[in-house]
Amino acid sequence: MKPRLLRLFLLLVGLLLWMPVSAGAQEGEPTDDEVNAIAHQLYCPVCENIPLDVCPTQACVQWRGTIRQMLREGRTEEEIKDYFVQQYGERVLATPPARGFNWLAYVIPPAAFLGGAIVLAQTMRRWRRPAREEAASPAPQAEDPFIERLEQELRKRA
Amino acid sequence: MTQAPPLSPDPASRRPRWGVIVVWVCVLGLLAILGFALIRSQQGPINVGGRIPDFSLTTFDGQTYNTADLRGQVILINFWASWCVPCEEEAAELEQAHQQFQDRGVVFLGVNYVDTEPEALAYLDRFGISYANGPDLGTAISQAFRMRGVPETYVVDGQGILVSRKIGPYASLQEIEAALEAALVASP
Repeated sequence: MKPRLLRLFLLLVGLLLWMPVSAGAQEGEPTDDEVNAIAHQLYCPVCENIPLDVCPTQACVQWRGTIRQMLREGRTEEEIKDYFVQQYGERVLATPPARGFNWLAYVIPPAAFLGGAIVLAQTMRRWRRPAREEAASPAPQAEDPFIERLEQELRKRA
Repeated sequence: MTQAPPLSPDPASRRPRWGVIVVWVCVLGLLAILGFALIRSQQGPINVGGRIPDFSLTTFDGQTYNTADLRGQVILINFWASWCVPCEEEAAELEQAHQQFQDRGVVFLGVNYVDTEPEALAYLDRFGISYANGPDLGTAISQAFRMRGVPETYVVDGQGILVSRKIGPYASLQEIEAALEAALVASP
């Protein structure tokens, strides 16, 4: 057999041997990435503010094992998350469901951003107005608010 | 000489600034919520002499215990987890105490805190624990007790009043016996 044909033959044999193993791994055992994709959406309820996929405690190792087992049983991501909420409460979720007081977490940041933008816009408009008025009328501006008000009244009656 | 009419009030100053009022109401409301949450988190565990919150515990084998139905009996409530190393220090002593006091009407309830069932059952098997044990579903019981960690043990008299509280593991069987005797004396 020519060396080129021999190499092709060995390559085909290698591929045939590798394929069933690969297919078996896909069907049976969930990969670490699949487990961590779900674990990342959950938080360790014992050690605060640590996602489950990077938490090193024994409890977290057990919970990742539970996720793996449930994936092996064919449970969906939502089913697994629901199970964890039922067992350990809503605080295990990285993003809490938008109901009850949880709404505040969704409403406050954009509302604060919007409010801040409005205040900033108003302040900037106020800063620009005196500058424009000063440019339009060379008359000196009264610094005393009472005098300013008096001048306004006089202007109205003129 | 004609008298000048009085100065007319500035219309802008008369108009209520609804935007400002709404913002202040929102800020004060938010502060009230934060204050309420802060007070709750600073409350600490239930005090001795206070009434415990009633709860229902479904055990790993499906039996349901309701503390309201156990009035007249002394209850020992132990919070534990299989991943909790200090819990192991008192596990055998708790079972021994259960064996000693079950004939005197003392009910032991093990509340399994944020754990996985296979590991919890393996733990119970390892220490030969025979009293009622079940998971704290949704951490509802531990939240009601404002529990800080495991192990924590509460001994309650026949009226549902907390007689003693142990934060951390019991040091010896004698310590558990003393807590239960005190609760039995307090119960009529």
